[in-house]
Amino acid sequence: MTETKHTTEQQGAALETAKLGIWAFLATEVLLFGGLFTAYTVLRVGDPQMFHTEYLKLNRLFGAINTVVLITSSLTVALGIAAIREGKTGTLKRCLLLTILLAAAFLGIKYAEYAEHFARGELPRTNNFFSLYYMMTGLHAIHVFAGMAALATMLVMAGRGKFSAEEHTPVEITGLYWHFVDLVWIYLFPLLYLIG
Amino acid sequence: MTELAESHTTADRGYLTEKGFRSWAYTLDHKRIGVMYLFTTLLFFFVGGMFAMLLRLKLMTPGPGLISDHTYNVFFTLHGALMIFLFIIPAIPSALGNFFIPIMIGARDVAFPRLNIISYWIFVAGIIVTLASLSSPMDTGWTFYTPYSARTGAAVTTLSLGLFLVGMSSILTGINFIVTIHRLRAPGMTWNRLPLFIWGMYATSIIQVLATPVIGITFLLLAAERLFGIGFFDPAKGGDPLLFQHFFWFYSHPVVYVMILPAMGIISEVIPVFSRKPIFGYRAIASSSLAIAFIGFLVWGHHMFVSGMSSTASVIFSFLTFFVAVPTGIKVFNWIATMYRGSITFESPMLYALTFIFLFIAGGLTGPFLGALGTNVQLHDTYFVVAHFHYTMMGGTVMGFFAGLHYWFPKMSGRMASERLARVAWWFIFIGFNVTFFTMFILGLKGMPRRWAEYPPQYQDLHIVSTVGSWVLAIGVFIMFWNFAYNLFRGRPAPANPWRGLTLEWQTSSPPQTENFAEIPVVTDWPYGYGKKDDKGSRSKE
Repeated sequence: MTETKHTTEQQGAALETAKLGIWAFLATEVLLFGGLFTAYTVLRVGDPQMFHTEYLKLNRLFGAINTVVLITSSLTVALGIAAIREGKTGTLKRCLLLTILLAAAFLGIKYAEYAEHFARGELPRTNNFFSLYYMMTGLHAIHVFAGMAALATMLVMAGRGKFSAEEHTPVEITGLYWHFVDLVWIYLFPLLYLIG
Repeated sequence: MTELAESHTTADRGYLTEKGFRSWAYTLDHKRIGVMYLFTTLLFFFVGGMFAMLLRLKLMTPGPGLISDHTYNVFFTLHGALMIFLFIIPAIPSALGNFFIPIMIGARDVAFPRLNIISYWIFVAGIIVTLASLSSPMDTGWTFYTPYSARTGAAVTTLSLGLFLVGMSSILTGINFIVTIHRLRAPGMTWNRLPLFIWGMYATSIIQVLATPVIGITFLLLAAERLFGIGFFDPAKGGDPLLFQHFFWFYSHPVVYVMILPAMGIISEVIPVFSRKPIFGYRAIASSSLAIAFIGFLVWGHHMFVSGMSSTASVIFSFLTFFVAVPTGIKVFNWIATMYRGSITFESPMLYALTFIFLFIAGGLTGPFLGALGTNVQLHDTYFVVAHFHYTMMGGTVMGFFAGLHYWFPKMSGRMASERLARVAWWFIFIGFNVTFFTMFILGLKGMPRRWAEYPPQYQDLHIVSTVGSWVLAIGVFIMFWNFAYNLFRGRPAPANPWRGLTLEWQTSSPPQTENFAEIPVVTDWPYGYGKKDDKGSRSKE
């Protein structure tokens, strides 16, 4: 059926298929986090006073820096995709590397934050606010980690010359996933750090 | 097309030709993956069934009988959890869906073959973790209600993580099907020509993709509750046990439709073929699948009428629950209208399809007793619920599954099963089923609570009847599978199209070759045009 078709047309179809797949997957991710957002709403309504006193204990500076770090990493991924669409493998590799470093920085800062809370005895079992804080940021951190693994795979594949202006579907898919990870944080940050 | 199918000699075993463990374990062929799912899920059908037999055996006597109360709790939890999570939910979508979706839309494979095999192995990993929880078996019932599940000494954490993996596999399969149906239809296979099984599977996949993550996060939270001592569901820590129930049923009610919609899809295939008539109300059947999927998301609260939900919420959920019967009724009426004045033959697939309609109506008509607030409060957690549940799930889904197995056995194996044996099995199954479960309606109305290991002696007679029924049912199931197992090797070779169906899977050889079709078919008409060649049947607008 497809043998006679033009190659780029096939690539276009493959990209569309893959995109539909990743969008469906991201819908499931939204619902996965949705459960936590629902829990947040229910529990906060149950005890707003406690949520107010506890939220003051979060480190807003770290949170803000991490927001900037993650948004920047979304930009670098987007630049990388723009580059490979023009066949610039070198730029793609630099952008991917930069993204991975930013992701690592994010996790490093998160680690420092966790350490600070642990030192003060603010553990997941302390109260429902901290339970939520650890569950939400923890699940997000796992996603950051998974994203890093995907980005690293892309970097290796790019190093082996697997991508070109015509064939770079995996990069686009990874990019979409990474934007999603960024987006979740954009919701988590105000919810946990800014709304008292 | 037909000539081509016949040119495939019987010596050629199609996709089954290649032998050896590796050729299966690493396969990217959706048909082989479907077969692997089939055997895996059937294994748990038998294990879950064995637990059911033991439960029935114990319930023959009112007092402490063969097994202790704790063992009884473990057994009914395992019966429920294994049957639901490892058999009924995955059986039709993952096994028959995987096998037939690509063939029926004229594709060579699913959209993401590699993801397909990965999701099979995630399923197996989930099963292994689930089974690891047997080290200290669950006694919570299959609903895992908190706070008990957060405190019991049983291996709830392990089981939750196992089921999380099973759910993940189900999500990936759902995504694969949605994309496959969207992107890989053969030329001419418009949405209006899609076989109704595909429509059912499409609606099913949407539910899988949108509901499963919610149970995923619920299982994660339950695990975290036990591991880290968080208290989202624990009132002592400011949590809310109702939150768990909402989460649980937000998934578990829509999943009832994951169980039933594929079965309804099978029935919609079988009825027109064995009535030799165009399906009545093609569009109504197709769109009612989507309607069921949509409304199915809005009815979870009817499981919680007596849990302490607000009465306003209860009334709303009660109303919506009645509403979901509308698209279901549309399907049933359309099937019956299809049979009206058809030349009906009663081969085994049709026999099971009719059984499906009969038992599902019985199960469906007892639904309103439970969906209505007033009677629900009376019947809540009695055997009435058990009977209703088994009539819809076993009488519905499992009979639909059996119909599908008989219908597609020749295609999948390349052999014919014995019709006579299938009939014998059917008699046992039909009689055994009704004796077992109809008795439970009466038990429930008389007030016998579900889940009790011991009970007042006045219920014993009916329990004995039910137990004897379960033996008859088990004999029937055994004969049925013996028929399949024996004829898998000894059956006479199946022609490409033994039932004279018009859907695409009958246009290729039995069993199909590795890439399904020698040449991708071009579709020019819908698959239900029986009778006159240009008879468009009930499809009025096109």
